[in-house]
Formats: sequence, C-alpha cells, structure tokens
Amino acid sequence: MSVLDRATTGAWVRQQRRAPRRRRAWLMGGMGVLVFALLALNVLLGSYTVTIPDFFAMLGGQTIPGASFIVMENKLPQALLGLLAGASFGVAGAVFQTMLRNPLASPDIIGISYGASATAVAAVVLLGVRGAGVSVAAIVGALLVALLITLLARGRGGTGLILVGIGAAAFMQAAVTFLLSRADITNAQELMVWLTGSLNSANWERVTILSVALLLLVPLLAVGSRDLRGLALGDDTAAGLGFNVPRARLLLTILGVLLAAFPTAAAGPIAFVAFLSGPIAKRLNRGEPSLPLSALVGAAIVLAAHFAAVNAIPGTSLPVGVVTGALGAPFLLWLLISSNRANQGG
Amino acid sequence: MPKPHTPLDLQQQAATLSARGLSLGYGDRHIVEDLSAELPAGKVTIIVGANACGKSTLLRGLARLLKPSAGVVQLNGTDIHKVPTRELARELGILPQTPTAPDGISVSDLVGRGRSPHQGWFRQWTAADDDAVAAALSVTGTAELAGRSIDELSGGQRQRVWIAMALAQETDVLLLDEPTTYLDLAHQVEVLDVVSELNARRGITVAIVLHDLNLAARYADHLVAMKGGAIVAQGAPGEVLTAELVQEVFGLESVVVADPVVGTPMVVPIGRRAALLADAAAQRLSGLAGAATQELVQATKGVQA
Repeated sequence: MSVLDRATTGAWVRQQRRAPRRRRAWLMGGMGVLVFALLALNVLLGSYTVTIPDFFAMLGGQTIPGASFIVMENKLPQALLGLLAGASFGVAGAVFQTMLRNPLASPDIIGISYGASATAVAAVVLLGVRGAGVSVAAIVGALLVALLITLLARGRGGTGLILVGIGAAAFMQAAVTFLLSRADITNAQELMVWLTGSLNSANWERVTILSVALLLLVPLLAVGSRDLRGLALGDDTAAGLGFNVPRARLLLTILGVLLAAFPTAAAGPIAFVAFLSGPIAKRLNRGEPSLPLSALVGAAIVLAAHFAAVNAIPGTSLPVGVVTGALGAPFLLWLLISSNRANQGG
Repeated sequence: MPKPHTPLDLQQQAATLSARGLSLGYGDRHIVEDLSAELPAGKVTIIVGANACGKSTLLRGLARLLKPSAGVVQLNGTDIHKVPTRELARELGILPQTPTAPDGISVSDLVGRGRSPHQGWFRQWTAADDDAVAAALSVTGTAELAGRSIDELSGGQRQRVWIAMALAQETDVLLLDEPTTYLDLAHQVEVLDVVSELNARRGITVAIVLHDLNLAARYADHLVAMKGGAIVAQGAPGEVLTAELVQEVFGLESVVVADPVVGTPMVVPIGRRAALLADAAAQRLSGLAGAATQELVQATKGVQA
C-alpha cells in the first residue's frame, strides 16, 4: 500500500488554514469597533456631553468656549492614554503568560508593574525628581525588578518565577505605602496614582511619549510574536525548529517588561489589566493566544473602566485602577475554579 | 541560504550524522563520555538500552539540544554547533520525547509550524509550504484531523500529528525520541511503519530511541545498544541482538528466537514467573509419568498373572 494514497493537496491545506484566520480577522474587526465606540463614549458622553459636529470642529482647531478645554485638554488625552496604556498592558501580559504558559505570570502579578511604581515613588519622595525623570525611574525600576526576579528564580522554572514575583510584588507594594507615608501632603496626593493607576492626570505630553515609545517597540514585537509561537511548543521542539531559545526568551522578557513599564510610567500600574486581557483574548480566539487581540481587549477594559470610574459617583473621578482592581479579583477566582475543572491554565 | 524545495517523495543524497569523542551531561553530572558513533546514511538506526543509560541524552546531543562538554557532532562533515540554528533546522529535525502543544492549536497549524525553519524575514508562507504540510498530513494519515484542535485528539492521533510536524520540516536527518510512548501496540507499529516507509521513499537518515527490543529488531537497519553512557554493541540486529547482549544491557535472562513473521531476532524474556510455570509443568509431567508407570506396572502384572 502506498503511503500517498490520499489526495491531500496544498490547495486543500491552504483552505484548511484560511478558515480560522478569517474568523480571527472578523474578531479583530469587531473588537476594533468596540474599542473605537468606547473611545467615543469617553470623549463625547459622561459628565460633559459634546456633539459630534462640535467635536470635529474642535479637532479642526476651532475653539468652543467651555467645551474646548474640557475635551481637548482633559477628556481626549485621558481616553487616548487609556487606549494606549490598555493595549500595552494587554500585550505585556499576553507575552509573559504565553511564554511562561501560566495565566498568573502577568507583569502586574509578578511585581514588574509594582517595581516601576516603587522606583517612581522613591525617585519623587527621596530624590525630589519631577516630570520625565519619574518616567525614566519607573522604567529602570521595572527592568531592575525583572532582572532580580529572574536571578532569584533561576533554575526553578516558570512556577518558581511566579512565586518569587508574587513575593517581590508584595514587597514593592509595601515599599510604595511606606514611601507615601513619608511624603508631604501635596506630593502624596499626586503620588496616589502610583498605587492604583489613574488617567486623571493625563496630558498631551504623556500621550506623545507613550505613543512614540510603543511605536518603537512595534518592530521588536513582530520578531517577538514569531518567537513566541516557537516557544509555545516547548524549549526542545522550538530549538529543533531552529529558534534560538535563550535569545528569544531574553528578547520577549525585555519586550514584556518595557510594555508594562511604559504605560506604568504614564498612568500608574492600572491593576489587573495585563492579567485580564490575555486570557479573555484567548477565550475569544477559541483557546489560542493572540497578541493583537490582547491589545484590543486591554484597551477596551481600560476605556470601559475609565468611563465607569469617572461617572459612577457624580462629582468624583475615581482612579481607573479602582474599577479594574474590582474586576480583577472575581476574575482571578473564576480562573482558578475553571482551570481546576478543565485541568489546564486559562 | 534556503535550500531548494524537495517534495517528500523525492530520493536525495543521504546525509550522515556522526559524533566523535562526544561527552554530554547536565551541569556536573556526566552522562555520556567520550562516545563516537555514526548514523549510517539513508538507514534507520535504533538506539536501545535500559532506563537512564544515556540514550535520550545522546539523541539530544546529536540534535544540538545539548551542548557537548567535549567532542563534536558533525552533519555531513560540518560541526553542527558552527551552523546557524535555523539553517541546521532545515537539515536536521528532532521530535523530543514529550512535546508540548500550545493551547487551542489546530492540527494544520501545528503541522505548519514544522515549516518555520524554511521561513524568514523575506520568505513568508508559500505554496511550497502548503505542499509540504499536505504531504506530511497524508503520509501520517492525519489529513482528516486537519481542522480539529489538538486537545480533542487521542494519544495515538496526537503522536502522529507530532510526527507530521517533524516531517513537514523536510529534513535529511530525522531524530525521534521514543515516538511510540503511550501508544498501544497497533499504533506503535503504525508509527514505525510511517517512519520506515518514509526512509525507504526519501532515503532520509533516521535515528530512533525505542524501548521495545522486538520492534527495534524489526525496524532497525542498524541497532545500537547502550549501557552506562557508552555503546555496548552496534550493527545489524541479526548479528547484534543476542541473549548475552540482553543480559549485559538489561540484566535480563532471555531466549532469542527468530521472529516467526520475518525472521529478525525476537527476545523472549525468562523472568521469575517462567521458573514457577516450568516447575508446575514439570510436576504435571512427572505426575503424568507416574500414572503411566502405574499403568505399565499394572499391565505387566496382568501379563504375569
């Protein structure tokens, strides 16, 4: 009997591979529309309602007394910062979760986001740093914490890294609380953002810095997502398929840390967004991880949470991190229960 | 430099993979020391040995998954650690012992990942890749599973899909680490049939680590027996596989007979239960013999009377 008696042709394979791709394209389109709708919701509705023609008039440079300041200096930068930070956190989480094959391995759980917070607060309180210097401190802090966790967890595998990271996160949070108690009252008010994450102090400068930083990371991300697909097969299989496993791990770790650090520097460690986005994107994508979809889910979570935070209590703007934090806890429980049942993570 | 595309059923120049003075280990633990061996070009080599004898370590060393502490592994005369890993992956494929499937991946997608060494920055997915995946699916009989998710498959189906991925890589040398683990006998035979048909068709050089001695004897052109990180014997199964070798390598008493189907050596273990069974049989025999003697005595008496 011949081994090639089934008529399986290349054209047939192409067709087989195309179907899930088409579904993913639709999914991405749908999520894109949702994110855009949430962006518009944040800008146009809420505490101050703007009509669409007025909005475009303002975008065109026209000044409408009263409305212009609120929309152009407040609502629009907040919404854009939320979009960028959410997308960045979403990808950062998905990179770590996929690489370490564990939904708990997101940068906000393993202390990387809190590492950024702690160094930023330390820079303000102890060294009196202001402005862009705080962002630099946050990024350096995230990288240092990532290095420390990796060194401490050396040879202990993915689970070891997560446990060490959870310890580091608790320590960093304690450090932030301690530093805040030593800060003077005006500083403390401003520093609260580093505890939960908030879009309330967004401005065009932060939006610009974050978008430039993310644009620079996009080419790296293209290489990284390829490597991630290889690493997902396990180290040996990936190496056998020609992936340079140590280099891929290093690249993905740096990428994940930066993607978590940049938005943290701009908006604080918006709790649980990195943790939530990857698994939700995976569920939507029928169990397969996807970086672009994680970005869209992250952006949608932050924008929806921001709208709720701003409008939940009239007259008060809650930090967005309060809402995402409240969403994260039940999700963590659900994840533990459902992954126990299915005997697999996320 | 990408090599020209070769469909699965094209005979080509057989590749040789050899090790010289190879020492392998994990950290301070030396497992294989100063080992030299060559996989005969275009043949199926099967490596056997007791648990922890270093056979998987040797295979990992041959596949550059483990960097040698001394010695070299050469593919067609070139040190494999001096070739860029992706370039090497177009010539040398390895299927590890327990590969991990990414969550939610479909069969066609997984098999497609075998094509990754053939892709790069400027070479995206092409019709040649489709053809290679189609051939790999068809050879392993997994075409009808193409649209399914890996999680839904049985152990045997999953193993065939992994082999399809390794085949889609279209390498001249294929290393398989216990490809029949967790499979029932029918599936074990099926997997080995696929590999040997492929070897016959394309003349690729194959090395397999296998536990089952009888299947090893049946499917190997060249049998390598290992003990304590060293090669104890190698050669054609008919010459190498003897009761003495089984005793030396596995510490097991056995009788080696000719396989009734094709005549390759077949190991029949003796074990302690065999002694019990033999005792019982002997007793039954002596009982029978006793009865026969009695009858004979009676008969003799009858004649006398």
